[in-house]
Amino acid sequence: MNFSEVFKQSNQLCKVSPDGKYLATCVQYRLVVRDVSTLQILQLYTCLDQISHMDWSSDSLFILCAMYKRGLVQVWSLEQPDWHCKIDEGSIGLVSSRWSPDGRHILNTTEFHLRVTVWSLCTKAVSYIKYPKACQKGIDFSRDGCYMALAERRDCKDYVSVFVCDDWHLLRHFETETQDLAGLEWSPNGCVLAVWDSCLEYKVLLYSLDGRLLSTYSAYEWSLGVKSVTWSPSSQFLAIGSYDEKVRILNHITWKKIAQFEHIATINNTKAVVYKEVEKRPAVGSDDLSLHNITIGTTLFNTQSKYEICPPPVQVPVVKPDPDRANPKIGVSTLAFSSDSRYLATKNDNMASVVWVWDMQKMSLLAVLEQTSAVRCFQWDPRRPRLALCTGNTKLYLWSPAGCVSVQVPTEGGFQVQSLNWHCCGETLILLGKDQLCLCYMDTDQEDK
Amino acid sequence: MPESSLDIFPPKVKDICSSSIECRPSPLRQSSQSSLPLHRNYMLSTFCTEKNVQECLSHISQEVSSLGLPPVWMESGGSSEMNVVAVLNCIYDLIQLHRRGLRTLENMEVEQLKSSSNLDYLQLTSTQLKEQLELSKRENTGLLERERQLQLKVKSLQNCLKNEKEEVQKLQNIIASRASQYNHEMKRKEREFNKLRERLNQLLVDKKEKKQAIDVLNNIGRADGKRSLWKTEKTEAKHEGEMYKTLLSDYDIRQRELLLENAELKKVLQQMKKDMVSILSSKKPTLKDDQHQDDDIQADLEEEVFDSSKESVELYCVHAREKLTNSIRLQWRRLKSHVERLDNQASLAQIGRSKNTDAVSRETHEEEMDRLKLEIQQCKDFIQTQHQLLQQQLSSPYDEEKASLLSDCYMLQEKERFRDEWKTLEEQRKIFERERRNFTEAAIRLSHERKAFEDDRATWLKHQFLNLSPFADSNKPQMSKSKSAFLISKTEASAASAPEKLIKRPSDTTSPTPRCVPLTSPSTAELYPTLCLVPENRSTKPKRLTEHVEESSNFLNGNVPAQHKHWNDREDHSSHTLTKEKTSSI
Repeated sequence: MNFSEVFKQSNQLCKVSPDGKYLATCVQYRLVVRDVSTLQILQLYTCLDQISHMDWSSDSLFILCAMYKRGLVQVWSLEQPDWHCKIDEGSIGLVSSRWSPDGRHILNTTEFHLRVTVWSLCTKAVSYIKYPKACQKGIDFSRDGCYMALAERRDCKDYVSVFVCDDWHLLRHFETETQDLAGLEWSPNGCVLAVWDSCLEYKVLLYSLDGRLLSTYSAYEWSLGVKSVTWSPSSQFLAIGSYDEKVRILNHITWKKIAQFEHIATINNTKAVVYKEVEKRPAVGSDDLSLHNITIGTTLFNTQSKYEICPPPVQVPVVKPDPDRANPKIGVSTLAFSSDSRYLATKNDNMASVVWVWDMQKMSLLAVLEQTSAVRCFQWDPRRPRLALCTGNTKLYLWSPAGCVSVQVPTEGGFQVQSLNWHCCGETLILLGKDQLCLCYMDTDQEDK
Repeated sequence: MPESSLDIFPPKVKDICSSSIECRPSPLRQSSQSSLPLHRNYMLSTFCTEKNVQECLSHISQEVSSLGLPPVWMESGGSSEMNVVAVLNCIYDLIQLHRRGLRTLENMEVEQLKSSSNLDYLQLTSTQLKEQLELSKRENTGLLERERQLQLKVKSLQNCLKNEKEEVQKLQNIIASRASQYNHEMKRKEREFNKLRERLNQLLVDKKEKKQAIDVLNNIGRADGKRSLWKTEKTEAKHEGEMYKTLLSDYDIRQRELLLENAELKKVLQQMKKDMVSILSSKKPTLKDDQHQDDDIQADLEEEVFDSSKESVELYCVHAREKLTNSIRLQWRRLKSHVERLDNQASLAQIGRSKNTDAVSRETHEEEMDRLKLEIQQCKDFIQTQHQLLQQQLSSPYDEEKASLLSDCYMLQEKERFRDEWKTLEEQRKIFERERRNFTEAAIRLSHERKAFEDDRATWLKHQFLNLSPFADSNKPQMSKSKSAFLISKTEASAASAPEKLIKRPSDTTSPTPRCVPLTSPSTAELYPTLCLVPENRSTKPKRLTEHVEESSNFLNGNVPAQHKHWNDREDHSSHTLTKEKTSSI
């Protein structure tokens, strides 16, 4: 495993182009585009203000930089560096900006969710979509880029509009049976739209592309409900994480629950492997403080860590949430399927230092990774069943069915990994620190051995 | 004075008599009173004086006659002569009477003492019982009190529960009302918010100073290189069509997947069915007798089995599918029942399986098994009886009592008889053995003697040959011989006495068989049948024995239950094997 040198970035804005060739990073009001393989700077663009959001177009030709405070969006072309485009939302404000799947339109959501403005880069045409709903995930494009589902709120009722992205033709418009719609997500095959209610009510609705209600699922009533929803890449499973610390898996034929994964503090499952991160602080004696450590410098503050396999039963540290506060830190907030839909990684918020990996073939717990500190982020390798995670320290952790490793990021100045992103080829991992970034190259051949 | 004395004293005597009579019902209470005047009478024997002899005589005779004794004085003779003999007799009788009275008195006293102590004891126990009663009463009241308290508690708790429930209901109502109120408020707020948004939108649109704007250097082409199309009816239709196309393709994919899955499952089903059919057909002959009631189903099944080849052709036909699933279900039921039956016969499954493999060896196996089983049974019975006998010898009084209770039971008698027979036989065996030992001893002795005699003769001959002086020790062998004879007789006597000692009959049981067995040692051939150890007639003997055991077990209550049970089990087992054999042969 190799690591690149460290580059500057701000706001953790750093993205690899969809074709995997370029790496765009934002540093204050500058946009830097590098070649992923050589890390040479290819282009450098200067925006009007500090960039708050950056995104690649689907064809990797344009980069969008949004400055929400000023209500501005600037678009840069990689092919024509002197080409520029500036969209000013004016005094109406801007809270969110995104590309349409075709890479020729920009959808801006104005302040107070007054409307969604669709700007066309081809014709300079502007169109408005009124009544967008301010919610967790109100807009979703289907994977093939054909359709857009938009959550709307009119007359205190929730609606979903399905647009054809090609010409923004409203294909379907239907009312949903939700109290307060919180989010929607297309299935990866683009045929089913999952819609879920706010956490006050456990309700997941499944709509066909043509607006028919396929099924409704509710696991329980009264207490706080859905916290996260994720489709498996095969569109076969819908995983629903909820405030009762459980993940329920629905199947795509009957839309009934086929499995339930419970996150219990005491792991008695003998088939699950529990990896516990154990930190070993280097013994700091008076002798060690001299020369050797000072010369190395950084390692003085770094601790070695390794995984130990704990035999069951294992007690997982649990933090009891404050019941008086809103949005209690409890329940499954993050769900991620591996690219082959074989594994599901979950995180339960009141066991913040633990990542659970479930086997979707056996529908059982496969591995538990107990970290020394709270898990910040985890992501599956887009090519193989390999999970990368970080906990805000100087280490990178990797899990694969073969085992678990913790890798010290060998950079100076204590690079603390806050977030990470896989390159689409699965060979490179982009590690984001507070204001730095670093690339990690997997040596896959060695890994496989 | 004499008159007066007479007047005074006879009543006293009378009193004594009356008192002695009176004292019978309650002798102890009167004893002190009655004994005192008697003594006084002895002390001052001024009853008879010279003057009142006649009166005395008449009085005494009267008294005596009243006591039922022969008169002392015959008045018929005219003379007032006393019959001395009669008097003496009378006195003797009186003394006797007195003695008897005293004895009864003593007895009575003892009795009284006993009863008084008894009374005391009873009183004590009664007081104790009373105390106990008091205690239990108190306890009872305490318990009642506790119960009452608990009931009160329960009541209060129930009330509490009721209150809590009411509270819950109330709270739920409150929550519901609040929720509805909240929803209402939210809607109101949302409407207001929407109004504000509209207003804001309007204002922003109206305001000219800072408009939304796009500033593009030059327009870029579409990603697909085409020109954008006008929105027409056509495009709308096209969109619809495309949507349905995607949906259809999705359904198509899904259907294909399902078809594949179904085909696979069907294959599995077919395979399963084939396996089941093969299994069922192989075991059919053995199960026929159990299944003759559903032979028609079997026939149906047969048909369907032949159908299976056709089914592959019309795999997706609904009828075929139904048929397949039905047949599978049927077969499965069959298999299940078969497996259950196998489970039931788990103990004999091994034999059953071996039966299925080959017929000849099975039968021989069976026979061998039966024979061995019977032998084992016989041996066990033998051991059991031995045990029994031993125990009986150890606890004969107990048995006596038991037997007296069950003396009328014929089977017990039979059993006793058998036991006795067994005992006598055992005795005989012992005797025989002893005799044999004696015989061998005697033989040894004889050989010794012969040797001695031989020696003697040799010495004698030697002596005779050497010198003609006779020897004194020539009677030595004679001595030893007599001794040995004595020994034999003694052992015989002891042996003869032994059976009488051992055969302890619990009561006079009317045993029909002769109890006394001739002391002549029985031959081994005779011994074997009685001990049920004959290997020749195995088939009949154990049966009789088990029957007997079964019957006796009905009558006997708990004498040797374990043993009987054991025997019964054994019998069951043998019957099982028999029935099994039957079924298999059919």
